[in-house]
Amino acid sequence: MSAQSKEQPTQQATEPVAPRSMGTAHDRVDGLEKVTGRAAYAVEHTADDPLHVWLVQSTVAKGRVLRVDTGLALAHPGVVSVVDHTTAAKLEDTENAELAILQDDAVGFRGQIVALVLAETPEAAREGAALVSVHYEEQPHEAELREDNATYRPDHVNPELETDTEEGDVETALREAEVVVAQTYRTPYEHNSPMEPHATLATWAESAEDSGDSVVLDLYDSTQGVVGVVSALAPMLGLQPEQIRVRAPYVGGGFGSKGQPHSHVMAAALAARAARGRPVKLAVTRQQMFALTGYRTATISHFRLGARADGTLLAIEHRVQEQTSAIVEFAEQTASPTRMMYAAPHRRTSHRLARLDVAVPSWMRAPGEMPGMFAQEVAMDELAEACALDPIELRVRNEPDVDPETGRPFNNRRLVECLQRGAERFGWASRPRESRGRREGDWWVGTGVASATYPMMTMPGNSARVRSLGRGRYSVSIGSVDIGTGARTVLQQIAADALAREPHDIDLEIADSSLPPASVAGGSSGTSSWGGAIVAAAQRFRADHGESPDAGPETTASATANPAEATHALHSFGAVFAEVRIHRWTGEIRVPRLLGVYSVGRVINPMTARSQFLGGLVMGLSSGLFEESWRDPRFGHIVTQDLASYHVASHADVLDVQAEWLDEEDHLATPMGSRGIGEIGIVGTAAAVANAAYHATGVRVRSLPVTADRFLEVPGSRI
Amino acid sequence: MDVPITLRVDGRDCDVTVDTRTTLLDALRERLGVTSPKKGCDHGQCGSCTVLLDGRRHLTCLALAVAYDGADITTASGLAEADQDALHPVQQAFLDHDGYQCGYCTPGQVCSAVGMLEEVKEGHPSQATADLEAEPELTDDEIRERMSGNLCRCGAYVGILDAIRETSGRTS
Repeated sequence: MSAQSKEQPTQQATEPVAPRSMGTAHDRVDGLEKVTGRAAYAVEHTADDPLHVWLVQSTVAKGRVLRVDTGLALAHPGVVSVVDHTTAAKLEDTENAELAILQDDAVGFRGQIVALVLAETPEAAREGAALVSVHYEEQPHEAELREDNATYRPDHVNPELETDTEEGDVETALREAEVVVAQTYRTPYEHNSPMEPHATLATWAESAEDSGDSVVLDLYDSTQGVVGVVSALAPMLGLQPEQIRVRAPYVGGGFGSKGQPHSHVMAAALAARAARGRPVKLAVTRQQMFALTGYRTATISHFRLGARADGTLLAIEHRVQEQTSAIVEFAEQTASPTRMMYAAPHRRTSHRLARLDVAVPSWMRAPGEMPGMFAQEVAMDELAEACALDPIELRVRNEPDVDPETGRPFNNRRLVECLQRGAERFGWASRPRESRGRREGDWWVGTGVASATYPMMTMPGNSARVRSLGRGRYSVSIGSVDIGTGARTVLQQIAADALAREPHDIDLEIADSSLPPASVAGGSSGTSSWGGAIVAAAQRFRADHGESPDAGPETTASATANPAEATHALHSFGAVFAEVRIHRWTGEIRVPRLLGVYSVGRVINPMTARSQFLGGLVMGLSSGLFEESWRDPRFGHIVTQDLASYHVASHADVLDVQAEWLDEEDHLATPMGSRGIGEIGIVGTAAAVANAAYHATGVRVRSLPVTADRFLEVPGSRI
Repeated sequence: MDVPITLRVDGRDCDVTVDTRTTLLDALRERLGVTSPKKGCDHGQCGSCTVLLDGRRHLTCLALAVAYDGADITTASGLAEADQDALHPVQQAFLDHDGYQCGYCTPGQVCSAVGMLEEVKEGHPSQATADLEAEPELTDDEIRERMSGNLCRCGAYVGILDAIRETSGRTS
């Protein structure tokens, strides 16, 4: 199998695929496994006589480990061994400071892995970890994000975007503007919190030294990208990529937190190496996830909008302050949507960071767009108010002809149509012009709108293999992962159309690093990137082997780079509408209606796509109303480290939520005519909620989440 | 301390030795290899580990196995007839309404829905029930309230509601 992954794929330019299955609803091909619970997630795979690993985490935010006392732990029945920085295998590359655990005595954040306990049962491993006594030399730390310490300018922001941009003369434009909105907006720390905690089942081949090309480290990992795990771990462990095999047939959500391996994956690898042939199971606990598996930084967005009295924007300034960890830099691209969303001749954006002694932040669904568009879309609502304009009309007046950031034409910018279609469906026209204009019994009622956007991305490094099984059947293979998106179903539909067959004629193999490589399920790029490779391989196969091949022939191909990426600004757009009711005495806030209308290219599977949009809207609603992690700066840890204190939306919070999309196909984007859909649902949603809350009560909330206490002083609510 | 107990799991009698610290969830998952109930939080906060225990929906992570010697457990896998893959009507409705994405909370949602529908039949009220004396009517708000112990981070709540409403025989 490893020989196949080394094979050089053919580069193939793709042609648009005629839709047959694409555009029609298909039940998930893995539905039966999921509703019965028979689908096996990472550590649910059977392993022969496994050891269980429990993590020991630092209790100081910064310092040195002086001594690890393991005596009590080792004396506990069932504990087999303790691995710490004095006994762990040495890594060959320690540049990735998040993954390079147990290599020295340094502690960079509270909750960092400082030892591993291996035991015969999970109960013994857990008790053993509690019995390990770690002695520290504590050093002063900084763990609080403030406006006065977020001053460091990173070289770039995620993924490789410019830190700062400047066009025109913002100060002069703001001086000359007839209307100025200057406000600061904040979003809190947020944790991805997929339902399946991160988990890894690892086996290190006993005779690793003489294993040559064969697999040394075998992993079942809960990951959004099997290739990413291999490429991160292999150089650190001194292995060739072919010597690591990662499989992830089922993944219980990720939302970015499984987009790249975090330190527990290395912990599993080091534990497996120490266990010498015995499989090890490492299941991160829900509490540990709040320190180890990534999160969204809190953000502070200083916005200044300058406009003419008619709402025409002259200047946009968005200065972002946020944090990274001291050990690894991650700079959320919070101002990136501000660079392309609305027309304005004068514009300035910047990002400054506090480098804190805290856990490593990372991707969380729509990094950049989610917090940035919260700020921008509430600021636009404030501008509409200041100009006495309908919020939709304000956005229509500031539509750019070309992408303000690059000067390129947009692929198909249909923001205004999304706003108008949504307004029609939502009944927008009947809203009172003024805020605090509608009360029903004890409830203030309001409606709000926000725009949404997400870039259309395809990732490099994808190839797919198509093999004829004869009689019109094909095997199609690519190492992509279905984290719940429906990729397994949708890729089968794409392959069927690209091969002019039916979906049931396709045997799809995914989620294994021994298959042709695939990029991460992230950035809403999965279907575009993997689907493009499948189309390339299918079209190449048909050119080489015709329409009725015997069993046997196969083609492995990659899609050539999309020329439109150099000529066009490729984005998706949407509009979110919310109705909010706020109780006049308690401030309780409910969202009885939420609607998203999207322009995303062709929707390949309306059933799974609707679930993706609704899921994004629900997560956006959740961020709007509930989600907020609290860090105690004295100790450097997240206090709200479970699902009882980190609140996410539950059944009772989700009322009438609907999504629809415009009919379109976008062949500048992909041969399927599709763009990505995974993230846009979370963008703008919290802003729509906050704007509706303002419309209901006249209270402007500029920091998330929008909670009941903000509304206790609403004029007219007190007797 | 190790203790031998017997559990009836999806119609099969299983003798298993558990540590007195072993939760019912870990007894199922780690000792019996029954992984249909999922571990989402291990603290009774998410509902992923829900099974039907002696006919009632029950969190297995908040239960010590040693206290449940002789219990009769039905998982989502057991709700479907294993030999024919014939699904329980609730499971079929989850498929029809796409009431799931990643599938990790799904077995717990399914067991919770089956148990919840039974509770309603028996006349149990909920926080959303206006009249505690009357037969509860399974409105959408009742379903939402009664299912709120089962979190879904993919946000499939709309589809789950549709699935349960359909199974209950009520139309929207």
